[in-house]
Amino acid sequence: MKGDEIINMNNSSRDVDNVVIEVKDLYKWFPLKQSILEYAMKRPKKYVKAVNGVSFKINKGCTVGLVGESGCGKSTIARCIVRLYDLTEGSIFFNNKNFTDISSEQLRLERAKMQMIFQDPYSSLNPRMSVYETIEEMLKFHNVVSKDKIHDRIKDLLEMTGLSMDVADRFPGEFSGGQRQRIGIARSLSSNPEFLIADEPVSALDVSIQAQILNLLVDLKEKFNLTVLFISHDLNVVKHIAERIVVMYLGSIVEMGDTADVFENPYHPYTEVLLNAIPDLNPEKRTLEYVIEGELPSPTDLPKGCKFHPRCSRCQNICKKINPDLKILKCGRQIACHFPLK
Amino acid sequence: MNNTFKKRKKTNLKYIFKNPPVIIGLLIVTIVFLLAFFPTLFTKYNPNALSPSEVLKHPSKLHLFGTDNFGRDVFARVIWGTRVDLQLGIFSMIIPLIAGSFIGLITGYYGKWIDMLFMRILDITMAFPFTVLVITIMSILGQGIKNVYFAIWIIGWMVFARLVRAEVIIIKNSEYIQAARIAGFNDRKIIFRHILPNAISPAVVYATSYIVICMLTGASMSFLGLGVEPPTPEWGALMSEGRSYIQIAPWMTIYPGIFLAATGIGFSLLGDGITDFLRTKGR
Amino acid sequence: MGKTILKVENLKTYFYSKEETVKAVDGVSFEVYEGETFGLVGESGCGKSATCRSILQLIKSQGKIIGGNIIYKDINLLNLNKSEMSKIRGREISMIFQEPMTSLNPILKIKKQIFDGFYKEMKLTNKEKELRALELLKLVKIPSPIQRLEEYSHQFSGGMRQRAMIAISLAAKPKLLLADEPTTALDVTIQDQIIKLINGLKKELKMSVILVTHDLAVIAQMCDRVAVMYAGKIVEMSDIKSIFSKPRHPYTYALMNALPSKNKRKKLEPIEGTPPNLACLPNGCSFAPRCKIAEKICLEKEPELYELEPGHVIRCHMLHKTSAYKSIIESSNER
Repeated sequence: MKGDEIINMNNSSRDVDNVVIEVKDLYKWFPLKQSILEYAMKRPKKYVKAVNGVSFKINKGCTVGLVGESGCGKSTIARCIVRLYDLTEGSIFFNNKNFTDISSEQLRLERAKMQMIFQDPYSSLNPRMSVYETIEEMLKFHNVVSKDKIHDRIKDLLEMTGLSMDVADRFPGEFSGGQRQRIGIARSLSSNPEFLIADEPVSALDVSIQAQILNLLVDLKEKFNLTVLFISHDLNVVKHIAERIVVMYLGSIVEMGDTADVFENPYHPYTEVLLNAIPDLNPEKRTLEYVIEGELPSPTDLPKGCKFHPRCSRCQNICKKINPDLKILKCGRQIACHFPLK
Repeated sequence: MNNTFKKRKKTNLKYIFKNPPVIIGLLIVTIVFLLAFFPTLFTKYNPNALSPSEVLKHPSKLHLFGTDNFGRDVFARVIWGTRVDLQLGIFSMIIPLIAGSFIGLITGYYGKWIDMLFMRILDITMAFPFTVLVITIMSILGQGIKNVYFAIWIIGWMVFARLVRAEVIIIKNSEYIQAARIAGFNDRKIIFRHILPNAISPAVVYATSYIVICMLTGASMSFLGLGVEPPTPEWGALMSEGRSYIQIAPWMTIYPGIFLAATGIGFSLLGDGITDFLRTKGR
Repeated sequence: MGKTILKVENLKTYFYSKEETVKAVDGVSFEVYEGETFGLVGESGCGKSATCRSILQLIKSQGKIIGGNIIYKDINLLNLNKSEMSKIRGREISMIFQEPMTSLNPILKIKKQIFDGFYKEMKLTNKEKELRALELLKLVKIPSPIQRLEEYSHQFSGGMRQRAMIAISLAAKPKLLLADEPTTALDVTIQDQIIKLINGLKKELKMSVILVTHDLAVIAQMCDRVAVMYAGKIVEMSDIKSIFSKPRHPYTYALMNALPSKNKRKKLEPIEGTPPNLACLPNGCSFAPRCKIAEKICLEKEPELYELEPGHVIRCHMLHKTSAYKSIIESSNER
């Protein structure tokens, strides 16, 4: 399986020490169970090809937004980086050290520095542990502070996320969605991580609460100089919080660049489609035509050549046969397309 | 500012126990425990004291439940039998609950071949009725109350394992378990600290009904002559002893039967109360 | 503005439990005209879904409609008995839901589910039913409709299931379609398709639509008139242009400013605090605890609906302060 070239995302000079996360030629395929008949007939195994050759780097202090529609592989990538899944192929480097090929003891030590915030506030907290117990467990396990300082540290973490110590003895079931997200954020910060993955952290929240949590995340990441991978299907949210954006389609990166630039001038036809599909808040601007026809193909049966070609208005013969590599352009943008928009 | 809460659902025991059936259940179970621990408070008669002159006497002020064919006071035998049946119920249940839950946790969490193995054993065993299996094992092991325990333990763990396994399979994919993995917690910590408290409810609920099942099974075995050795008083055995005399001394059979049924009902009602309590706690 | 097809008057739907009474819909009144899309927008718990379901009396068992009138074409739906109401559902008024996965029957073919939408009095022969079912699938632009009729819901993707559900709901040619968060669970490109599909169908079939959603942008793209709900009441109602160009209720305005729109890069302005507990609402205006311009009267007395201009009503004591609100569309120019 041919991988993509490793490309430096930052426009500044090659500063290897600055790279916190490097994903290299990541493939993740989930095998589908074969029926006995298929096995007997020696049919080739089918796979859900969730991630197909993804490579990118994230620099220290940078927030990268990972966007795409369902089935694009963004959640899978997140879980591969955190080692919840085993990689089918490829490797992850954390602070320039191999993160995929290490002993479980090593992994446990490194885990403190990499944490995750989840989408569903209703299932991301243990319903039978109080807020205090949940955070205390993290603090104790990672030896963050000495025993006598635990109480104070929990107080700090809660106040940092907009809650007060009064709530510490309560259980998740007594909180609203927004409050639970705050608890989840407090938990993820308790081990003093360097790198945070936020997997759709505001998608399940109301608009007014969403804004509270987004502001909180922006404040915290600046305060602690966190490196963040922010996953979302909502482009507006990503624009607000991420400096760099990675657009994915069916398991591959189609475009990468500075968020503001990509929004202003998308180079990949799919990115343009995605941006145009967002409903406009202006009721005077309505159109009758669909932004794009058809649906996403099945991830077990990916199109040959460029995966977007069946739905692309600019498709030519070469697109049907050859999958375009991710190439870096002069302006720092990266794009995987034979006929980019500009 | 961010500290307004949903009204805390009343999880106090007070609220749960305002429910009349639960109060009745609690009352019955309390009485049963009192009878089991302090039988001498209730009767001065020796349950095994033979008295040839007092054979098959009707219930009277002297003998509240009458006497049996050996002149033994039936009331005393019923009272002293309480501890035997209570033990049968509770000790038969405890081992399957603990062992079964443990196995359910492991098979549910790790899956793959260990799970397949367990499920196949379960499928084969569950095809047979519980009592038939117990009798079969008893026939191999021989008579005696200890063997009743062993027989129930050998079969009983499977139901609990299945209940817990089902919960574990759902829970292990929850986001808070993913969070625990990402935090670096090892399997043991995840299974026992995170999954177990959330997976155990159905098993605990079923345990209260299982006490009744075990008690009745033990009583049935004794009734069939496979359980306790005579002259140990035990309600099933008492009912069996009274069988031949049922027309002339029905009290030998009726009163143990009533106590058996009432104890079963008491535990069931209490079990319902515990179910409600577990359901509302922390949610 | 055409005739009124649905008139809701002072609707009250409460949910009762042993511990509390939740006032989900607390005195809601509005009218829907022929051929228009009327939007109900608000955050979770505001009562928009409960209002919608009350129209077809599809509320969960603990809920009761305890007051008000729902008048459809001169008939008060709340006075109808069960069998009369079942003649309204699906035939005159139809509904589509948020999760097409669970709204479609997994064990029936799509064809059968469409057929179930045809009622006896339509007197269609089997051949006519087949043809009509095919027409419906074409109407909702499902490709290869002949093949799709014979398939089951698990063979459809999310977007197609939503289209199938729309087709089923249109089987008996209803005059009013209730859409409860129809695009919330869909990807943005599919959402775009469904929005435009419903807009097109509404014109083609001369149907009215009540759209329930929390997404203001979807409202902007689909509705002719809209009502903003908070804590079981309507707080602002107007035509679509006015609500975006001159919002007058502090909640409406705050909601729009809390949105991360494509063109703002500055800090978001969230609405502080949390939504109220519908079982124990504060005295006075329900929004007052979170309102930036609230004064003493707001905490004491509940405001009534006031008609600012024909067709634009507000429920607020502080109208003299809200005339300064600037529209958010000014910043949303290109893209």
